[in-house]
Amino acid sequence: MRIAVYLPILLPALAGFSARWMAARIEPRRATMLFTGGAVLLATANGFALFALAATVVGQWSVLATLGHWSAWVLHRDDPASRSVAMGAGVVVVLAVAAAISAVSRRVLTLNHAARTAKHLPNSDPVVLDDPDPDAYALPGAPGRIVVTSGMFSALDAAEREVVLAHERAHLAGRHHIYVSFAQFAAATNPLLRPLASAVSFCVERWADEQAARAVGDRRAVALAIGKAALISRHRPGSAAALGVGFDDVRSAGPVPRRVAALLARPPRRQWMPILIALGVLALAIVATAETARDLDFLFDLAEVGSST
Amino acid sequence: MATDDEASSRSPRRRSGELSGLVLAVLRRARQPLTPGQVLERLRAGGSGPLAYSTVVTILSRMHRQGMVSRERAGRGYAYVAVADAHRAAGQMRRVLDSERDRDAVLTRFVGSLSERDEQLLRRLLSDDPLGQPD
Repeated sequence: MRIAVYLPILLPALAGFSARWMAARIEPRRATMLFTGGAVLLATANGFALFALAATVVGQWSVLATLGHWSAWVLHRDDPASRSVAMGAGVVVVLAVAAAISAVSRRVLTLNHAARTAKHLPNSDPVVLDDPDPDAYALPGAPGRIVVTSGMFSALDAAEREVVLAHERAHLAGRHHIYVSFAQFAAATNPLLRPLASAVSFCVERWADEQAARAVGDRRAVALAIGKAALISRHRPGSAAALGVGFDDVRSAGPVPRRVAALLARPPRRQWMPILIALGVLALAIVATAETARDLDFLFDLAEVGSST
Repeated sequence: MATDDEASSRSPRRRSGELSGLVLAVLRRARQPLTPGQVLERLRAGGSGPLAYSTVVTILSRMHRQGMVSRERAGRGYAYVAVADAHRAAGQMRRVLDSERDRDAVLTRFVGSLSERDEQLLRRLLSDDPLGQPD
């Protein structure tokens, strides 16, 4: 348990660091699934590693040792982690579980709210709101609804409207909010996974863009519609402040320019290298977790033998 | 009891029309979906006189067929909301969801907000494209 237990704690940092690089290179549908699965797996492995560290010291509490019929003394003698590290791990794992519960319950409430609203919207597809502020979004529910403001529709021509609707339909049909939610639950337990959750949010947009491009049969038309819609809605309050540096690099830009750049470039090719690297990192997390579980089991087996002799 | 006899002696059609109006008023005031039981309770509290539960259910389902109210599952039955409110709710919804921290995950927007820098990049991307002029 000496190296294996610390590996899942380091891997989220590595994944977070490389998420943006990978998001630009993996086909969006695959990337969404890979990153969401990866975020959940890394969060679980990380939580288990912290739990294992904490168990080595919590197991030494005499009440627990009596209840579990193991020897607190053997645990103390063979404890692979320092006491302060184990205690720290225990605090972090409790905080992580609390953060996960809070994130999940908040999201369930918000999704219920959205589904209830979706149910009471007028029976038109899309729902056009009489609102000069340009906006368009998909509201998940059963069924989900597409809401477009009159401000958005009046600024776009018929072909561009079709792009907006195809994009939002792709979000609803693919249940993209589920991927985003799970990635964010994972990130709630570990801030190092936040870049991975942002990558999932970006990848579902790219996924819907590519599906819209297939629906209208023209990637450039999708890029132009996104550009136009973004430029007319740019004055929405709460937009990020200008950084004022690196004006020439799309790679470090916000999601809209990156989506447009991706659509103006050639269609995403199947690149196996980034996928293999990502799968390699996840395999490492699984192996390290299995190793930790084995070590923890062994340690407690020893302690049980110690208590019965 | 005299008023009750008077009410039931009127033509049933007219009485049900009046009741629809009362029910709609109750639903509008409520600002949340109500079950037939809750509607009945509020009608009685409003002094509508004795009313049968089944009458309220019948009126609500007829109003639903006519598209005056929409409904959602609530336990074994339904809860109802006035349709005029649904349209207003759509407008309010965005403000409500905008104030929630979870908004970005729940509303999948066509385009998010642009920073100054994103805007310049976007304009350059579109103008670099041989066919792409944003305006």
